[in-house]
Amino acid sequence: MAQGKAAVIRSDLDIVIARTLARDTAKTLGFGAIDQARIATAVSELARNIFLYAGTGTVTVREIERTGRKGLEVICEDQGPGIANIELVMRDGYSTSRGMGMGLPGAKRLMDEFEIRSSEGVGTTIICRKWRT
Amino acid sequence: MESLRIPILKIGDVLIASIQVALHDASAVQFKDDLLQRIYETKARGLIVDLTAVDVVDSFIGRLISDIASMAGLMGTRVVITGLQPAVAITLVELGLELPQVLTALNLEKGLAALRRQVEEGGDGAG
Repeated sequence: MAQGKAAVIRSDLDIVIARTLARDTAKTLGFGAIDQARIATAVSELARNIFLYAGTGTVTVREIERTGRKGLEVICEDQGPGIANIELVMRDGYSTSRGMGMGLPGAKRLMDEFEIRSSEGVGTTIICRKWRT
Repeated sequence: MESLRIPILKIGDVLIASIQVALHDASAVQFKDDLLQRIYETKARGLIVDLTAVDVVDSFIGRLISDIASMAGLMGTRVVITGLQPAVAITLVELGLELPQVLTALNLEKGLAALRRQVEEGGDGAG
């Protein structure tokens, strides 16, 4: 299985780099134009979350396969403050910053699978996947 | 780092800005500030922001577009967003950003026509 490519998030420019990487990978894997936009938009939201709340982190995009289906996996990792209440941040309209509170729930809707692991003071890992139809 | 500047063209009493590059957050905010300043300087009655070349609109840019429409509206300038790609329209709605208060048109030509109607109906741009 492919190791994947990673983008380091340090500034708002890196958000663009991460979503371009995600779109290019999706295109290479044969995703259609609409799924490419969904994946790029979800990665943009997740990368911005890293930038806003943790300052730095990484976004890794890789090809995956499960029971003969091909897909794309996005892994977002940071060593930021962590999320105290995951249920709350996954609620539409909840925001602690200048966003619209769409970031995480929006990214979840755009992808097929979405998992968050977070511990306060340690960091956050978000893994999401999109399967090719 | 110097942010990218989006050219803002003036034709009659309408300003037109077409986004042709991937906007990062700082350049997007700069674009909003530039637009409002140009509206103030030119007393434009209408503004078209063309997104034909934009392939990703996330919640940050979505909010910014909504802000531009509201802020320009406060200054008495009508705003029309044109050229949203199908994939962008789909992801915006799925993201939860339907931008109901923003006037849109299929392309620049229809956007100009919509703007003319709006400006005529609205008189001085009020209401």
